[in-house]
Amino acid sequence: MGHQDIKFYQTGTFTVGNRLLPPEQRSVQADMERTNSLNSGHRACQGCGEALGARYAIDAAMRATGNRLVAVNATGCLEVFSTPYPETSWQIPWIHSLFGNAAAVATGVAAANKVKARKAGLALPETRVIAQGGDGGTTDIGFGCLSGMFERNDDVLYICYDNQAYMNTGVQRSSATPPAARTATTMPVGDEPGNEWGQGKNVPLIAMAHGIPYVATASVSDLRDLEYKVTKAMNMRGARYIHIFVPCPLGWGSASQDTIKLARLAKETGLFPVFEAEYGEVTNVSKIRQKQPVEAYLRLQRRFAHLFGKKPRLDVVARFQEMADQNIRKFGLLGSDRAAVGFPGSEHK
Amino acid sequence: MLKQCEGSHAVAEAVALARPEVICAYPISPQTHIVEGLGEMVKAGEIQDCEYINVESEFAAMSVAIGSSATGARTYTATASQGLLFMVEAVYNASGLGLPIVMTVANRALGAPINIWNDHSDSMSQRDCGWIQLFAENNQEAADLHIQAFKIAEELSLPVMVCMDGFILTHAYERVDMPTQEQVDAFLPPYVPRQVLDPRDPVSIGAMVGPEAYTEVRYLAHAKQMQALELIPKVSREFKEIFGRDSGGLVRPYLLEDADTVVIALGSVLGTIKDTIDEMRADGISIGVLGINSFRPFPVSAIRRALSHAKRIVVLEKSFAVGIGGIVATDVRMAMDGLDQRIYTVVAGLGGRNITRASLHRVLRMAMHDQLEGLHFMDLEWNIVNRELDRERQTRRSGPIAENILRDLGQTKSNVG
Amino acid sequence: MNKPFAITLQVGSSLANKTGSWRTFRPVYVNRLPPCNNACPAGEDTQGWLFHAESGDYETAWRHLTEANPMPAVMGRVCYHPCEGACNRGKLDDAVGINSVERFLGDEAIKQGWAFSKPAASTGKRVLVVGAGPSGLSAAYQLRRMGHEVVIFEAGPAAGGMMRFGIPKYRLPREVLDAEVQRIVDMGVELRLETKVDNILETMKAEKFDAAFLAVGAHIAKRTAIPATESSRILDAVSVLRSMEGEETPMLGRRVVVYGGGNTAIDVARTAKRLGAEEAIIVYRRTRDKMPAHDFEVEEALQEGVMMRWLSTIKQVGDGGAIQVEKMVLDEAGRPVPTGEFDTLEADSVVLALGQDVDLGLLDGVPGLSFEDGVVQVGDNMMTAYPGIFAGGDMVPSDRTVTVGIGHGKHAARHIDAWLKGTTYDKPAKKEIATFDKLNPWYYTDADKTVRPMLDIIRRQSSFDEVQGGLDESNALFEARRCLSCGNCFECDNCYGVCPDNAVIKLGPGRKFEFNYDYCKGCGVCVEECPCGAIALEPESA
Repeated sequence: MGHQDIKFYQTGTFTVGNRLLPPEQRSVQADMERTNSLNSGHRACQGCGEALGARYAIDAAMRATGNRLVAVNATGCLEVFSTPYPETSWQIPWIHSLFGNAAAVATGVAAANKVKARKAGLALPETRVIAQGGDGGTTDIGFGCLSGMFERNDDVLYICYDNQAYMNTGVQRSSATPPAARTATTMPVGDEPGNEWGQGKNVPLIAMAHGIPYVATASVSDLRDLEYKVTKAMNMRGARYIHIFVPCPLGWGSASQDTIKLARLAKETGLFPVFEAEYGEVTNVSKIRQKQPVEAYLRLQRRFAHLFGKKPRLDVVARFQEMADQNIRKFGLLGSDRAAVGFPGSEHK
Repeated sequence: MLKQCEGSHAVAEAVALARPEVICAYPISPQTHIVEGLGEMVKAGEIQDCEYINVESEFAAMSVAIGSSATGARTYTATASQGLLFMVEAVYNASGLGLPIVMTVANRALGAPINIWNDHSDSMSQRDCGWIQLFAENNQEAADLHIQAFKIAEELSLPVMVCMDGFILTHAYERVDMPTQEQVDAFLPPYVPRQVLDPRDPVSIGAMVGPEAYTEVRYLAHAKQMQALELIPKVSREFKEIFGRDSGGLVRPYLLEDADTVVIALGSVLGTIKDTIDEMRADGISIGVLGINSFRPFPVSAIRRALSHAKRIVVLEKSFAVGIGGIVATDVRMAMDGLDQRIYTVVAGLGGRNITRASLHRVLRMAMHDQLEGLHFMDLEWNIVNRELDRERQTRRSGPIAENILRDLGQTKSNVG
Repeated sequence: MNKPFAITLQVGSSLANKTGSWRTFRPVYVNRLPPCNNACPAGEDTQGWLFHAESGDYETAWRHLTEANPMPAVMGRVCYHPCEGACNRGKLDDAVGINSVERFLGDEAIKQGWAFSKPAASTGKRVLVVGAGPSGLSAAYQLRRMGHEVVIFEAGPAAGGMMRFGIPKYRLPREVLDAEVQRIVDMGVELRLETKVDNILETMKAEKFDAAFLAVGAHIAKRTAIPATESSRILDAVSVLRSMEGEETPMLGRRVVVYGGGNTAIDVARTAKRLGAEEAIIVYRRTRDKMPAHDFEVEEALQEGVMMRWLSTIKQVGDGGAIQVEKMVLDEAGRPVPTGEFDTLEADSVVLALGQDVDLGLLDGVPGLSFEDGVVQVGDNMMTAYPGIFAGGDMVPSDRTVTVGIGHGKHAARHIDAWLKGTTYDKPAKKEIATFDKLNPWYYTDADKTVRPMLDIIRRQSSFDEVQGGLDESNALFEARRCLSCGNCFECDNCYGVCPDNAVIKLGPGRKFEFNYDYCKGCGVCVEECPCGAIALEPESA
């Protein structure tokens, strides 16, 4: 929000487009000529947030690079549903290698492009590269390669589509799975049902700790913000990271039509802070527009159904609320709040 | 140009002459000197238009190589031992995707117990990974094979592993005739990729292939290796035309024509074996040696042709398939299937243990008299092994084998002392 | 490129995989009935004309609006805008100022001189309209558009009916009314002023009318028996307001008491203030919240210094204007009950605003008609029991507002047209209403209602200048764009954007969207994320 100066009182910048907007202010997704980088016929589940997030992100990157883009894909839902032989849904040069190496493969693509550009007498390569994967491929198995890519500041935009578990293998816990959530490996049985309350693993903050040029979180519920961030990232060089929140109807046990609604609730509760950071400093946060209690978000998902069952776990819900409130304080998500200490630089903005 | 230099340096220079565009480096002994040398050359501008990337693991090294090769860059990396194992997933992937990466494996033993010295366990663990595996006998050949490797890889769109014995070659100073850039340029054309990630002609590389086509894909990988059986000798001949020396090829016979007994081996040990055979020949013994240059593809016909007259075959290998025995020997048996020959497996030089001419004499003479057991472990300290086995028979939990043996070795030494 | 078998694929080839076969529900684009349209007594397609106003295409907006109502400049002033009461935006912040945009369009049309398009080819049928009030003018306009020959007989000296003789100038400047009447006349409607119809059947026969629409209004003031020593001090509201249109303004004096609680009472009290009364007191037998008058008008009257006596009835008017008032209380049912306590007010005049009756004299001798509560009964088709004679406005049972009158005129015109053709007009089935729960209000940004400028209080108390100003172009546009477009696509591209399967086809500006059922998996995200509830999810048939 607030990234595009649109005075349009009917829907502001919240809808995908509007017939009354000048074409240059329309979102990529509103464009009749959008690339549909991930095309129809893919085998994602109904209401797949990742399919949506991927098209949003890659289409935006295509526009930003003048269609000179290569994508590297980690193993996972996105890879499997888009490229089962003999059909691919991709319209762009795309490669899938392994589960844990997308960032490194992208480094290789970037290196090759750099050499080719130099041989062609260009200062910078025209063809750019995006690596993408789910949370498992990013925050767990691909984390080593991701950190290496960051540390070297390779010219790669890595996009994590976070649906908070290993969905492709049948909904197992990842380091991005929220506490108390039911997954196939954290069943809602026993005294403390669902996933353990661990310390969490906030990969955007870890990315920031590398001091890379750009880190952002985004959500399928705020298209313009997402497109703005991808575009901004593609106009920068060096290592960049965007973490996109993509609900999964199958894994979360939510209604297929609620995908965007859930993403919106995750942001409006404060559970998923949407922000951007440059060179390790938070530079912008998306404010909460209509604050919601965490319960509104949790209740729509069967993975949390055990919190609201015969023996309601209001204590656990309260812990979620604490998490959300802490994010709100930490990132300054409400009103004119500024980010709390811990993000040097945010006070200048 | 003749040079006295370290094997690693010779390889680094040969790789540099091949005009690599992306080099991925991660340290592991005994490969490290190669990438160190290349790093210096890139930084000094001696290799131009090349990206040298210090990666965070061997897994990343191969992954970066996959990315750059798929984007049409001539790509090189090197590894050894644990490093090769750590990158295994990507090693299989590179061949599966048909990417002509060239990688040096400075052969080294595998842990545990950790051991930095030479044997062929690392490469042999990857015999089914789909890469072409070439073994160098000496540093000259190591250098030459790298130049050939790029040509073979890029013609077939298959990755090539050039295996050279760790320390024995990588760290040995030998005289090497370094090719000139003009020669290499005449031999090795610029890389024209079979498939490439290019926005002008987009494709999706790395699809998921189900039961309906997976077998065909695998067969095609095999068919490609079979094509390599023709290509490798051809490239070797072309190499000779330009560089004037024999290097590479599938197999290397030595005093084979009339030999009743033939030793088969790979890598640097061939030198010691040839010396031993020279001495045995001087004693009037009918013996020869066949070096296997290309282990994958395995040159079944060439080996069968070369050995059809032999009465017995001794496969001396620096690798060992626990639970059955020889690795190379198993393949040789397949090649000689149906012929009335005795085939002995001699496991030697594991973890850097010296293979001495004395031991070779002893073992080969036993073989000549058919006194050798089918699977022989050269210079195995039986007393240590037997003591440990006894201990284990008595006590189920007798402790770590390696530690126990070390303790025995200490006792042995102090006993001797 | 010589692609390796199976591992490397030609881009975009998944189009061969028609994922539409997965679907158990299918989204369909619908047009639901916006609550504003539903609430409009004139049947305006409010959301429809706002749609055009949003893009600044005011002429198209005006043309769309005037399909239902030929007098937007008048209605933009005098309509009590039930549309705004129903507006879904009221649940977000404030209702869209539909009425103010309507007025803007009406004023713009007058300013730009937009004329109605030429009538359809002549049908050769002649229709008599009796009464040039809102109903009559509306019917005449609609009938003329259909190609009929229309003659309006108006008993009064000018067209407009209650718009002219009931509504004060400060609410409706006469030049606005005149302009909108003239535009109807300019279509070829014949207007005969000061032509009273005494016997409808004779008039129809004499001039060979094929049908008639009667809308004579309710101009006879209701009286109540109040004992009065000086009856000259007792006036009625209809006469007072009517005389405002004459050359001589009524003599009301310095202290004026108005008896009644409707809008007319308010109009008279405010008029009295403007005529120089120091005191204008409204006496009403119940409480403010029970008053039939619209609250905003009560509020404006209070601002202007009009005083109110709640829970009071006038018992008699005594000497020198001493008015005896009895205090009332409300019983449990909310009815006023006398208390026996009395009070006295001083007044120079007492104006009774107790409602109006209809002069039904022209129907004398028409066979078969039935009357109830002083009005003539009509069917759903607005026709009386006598074939070919239709009636509307205040002379039939209904709410007596200008807007209802306009609606009657339109409604009757459709039935008259059908009747003349020997057919019947079947009203299209009412669509499902786009209630608030059908919307996704997240997408609407916060934008408060634009407040129309008000005339300053001194001038309001002393002159008949128009109290409420209009919007200018920029804030009219703003206000139009506050419309949520309930139930009808406004091309926000949301469905096109949010489909995870690219199964929405954008057809281009003005052409909206269609679903590509080859790929639509029926997830329903488009339905959920449609801001305005213009997509429904229907079960797939087997």
